Amino acid sequence: MQSLGIDVLLKGSNFSRLLQGLYVALEISFVSVTISILLGLIVGVLMTLKNPILCFILKIYLEVVRIIPQMVLLFVVYFGTTRVFGMDLLAETSAIIVFVFWGVAEMGDLVRGAIKSIPTIQFESAYALGMNKFQVYVYIILPQTLRRLIPLSINLITRMIKTTSLVVMVGIVEVLKVAQQIIEANRTTSPNAAFGVFGVVFIMYFLICWPISRLSIYLEKRWA
Amino acid sequence: MKKTILSKVKKLTSLLLIGLMLTSVFTGCTTTKADSSNKKTVYRTLKEIKKSGKINIGVFSDKSPFGYVDKNGKYAGYDVYFANRIAKDLGVDANFVSVEAANRIEYLQTGKVDIILANFTVTKERAEEVDFALPYMNVALGVVSPSNKVIKKLDQIGAKDEVIVISGTTAETYLTKNYPKIKLQKYDAYAEAKTAFENKNGVAWANDNTEVIAFAKENKGYTVGISSLGDNDTIAPAVTKGNKTLLKWLNDETKALGKESFFHKNYEKTLVDTYGADYEEILVVEGGKVK
Repeated sequence: MQSLGIDVLLKGSNFSRLLQGLYVALEISFVSVTISILLGLIVGVLMTLKNPILCFILKIYLEVVRIIPQMVLLFVVYFGTTRVFGMDLLAETSAIIVFVFWGVAEMGDLVRGAIKSIPTIQFESAYALGMNKFQVYVYIILPQTLRRLIPLSINLITRMIKTTSLVVMVGIVEVLKVAQQIIEANRTTSPNAAFGVFGVVFIMYFLICWPISRLSIYLEKRWA
Repeated sequence: MKKTILSKVKKLTSLLLIGLMLTSVFTGCTTTKADSSNKKTVYRTLKEIKKSGKINIGVFSDKSPFGYVDKNGKYAGYDVYFANRIAKDLGVDANFVSVEAANRIEYLQTGKVDIILANFTVTKERAEEVDFALPYMNVALGVVSPSNKVIKKLDQIGAKDEVIVISGTTAETYLTKNYPKIKLQKYDAYAEAKTAFENKNGVAWANDNTEVIAFAKENKGYTVGISSLGDNDTIAPAVTKGNKTLLKWLNDETKALGKESFFHKNYEKTLVDTYGADYEEILVVEGGKVK
């Protein structure tokens, strides 16, 4: 059993450090997911409006997010702002900015797709009932959109949680980095610690992401 | 017909616009960069660091035994031991920043840390980007071989013998360039090379000397016959380019610490468990003087 190397987690404060790292990862993803969903809803609606200039700008925005890897964005926001503008952003702030920048674009595109999937007759009937644009969206379209959005956005949320492991590049010590630190510090005494420690990290990620996906299934059934 | 032409024109203009935007972004970056370097400095001078009561030092947090975090969550290792002494002698607190090999230079160039003490090997290319202080450690190549047939000189290697190396390492380039007659057996990963060597696929294994020394210490029946081969590189603290006051202080500090043989004490505290006492003189650079 010793070869599994889970015992290294019981040394000193190793396990609580790992939890602390998990908290850091979750904090960043929670804040960015919340902002991304709220802003993403607005951006998604804007994307469906038939304003050519707005459409063009949002399209470029979406493409930029798709083309540039998150790692590069992190470097640009954390180090680039200091180089160019002399601003000294906190590592956590820049991580959240990058994740929101990414999340809003992807969420917006999901919202756009969900709205587009709602038949035009729904809009027409609502207008025929004398509702204005705002009312149509708030009372008729968005509630239906939300239901269709759940499975798609859960996918995005879990991806964002997992991608937080990149923030180590701007010096934030999150759960995966703590795991590496623990493994390296015990390299000579328990060479197989990698298996056990990464196994525990895997279970931690699972315990976070699994309930989210269960919740989505529940909501889908409930609202269907 | 009209419609298609219109859409083509639209596409063209949008492509042009994107191109324009991208170029403006890039040129914008370069011009502002040039300006800011003239106007104000990104780094903190010695005075500013002392006044703030805190020095930011970039160290590795997962490279045992040079910079790692111990079981109580405290930074430790050869680099960290030195960093703590620097902070103590400056009369400030040390704030450790966990850096990666890939972002060490970036951290200095943006002034987000004052010193990098992360096993930073001095190279010409890097010296153009950052300023290195006096070295505190040596790195070279080493060759390990089974204890019953120790290879102490490279000419002991016969025409049919093969030497194990890891692809892309300094050992490979050095041997290919300087000893083209020696047959090399190349492996992609450390673990593969290790297994091959343990199965006696080669008569010796060439790698960074710290790696082979640690290997010989961990595994019985192997001896490091050649512990220092090839170009002797050094490891030194680095500061932001142009930070003269801090650089001078660091150099003076390293010289002064040499008088109390600080780095030998450091070795005995942090590295002796991994490398053993025999290699102390080979690895340690005392007082910034390379022998």
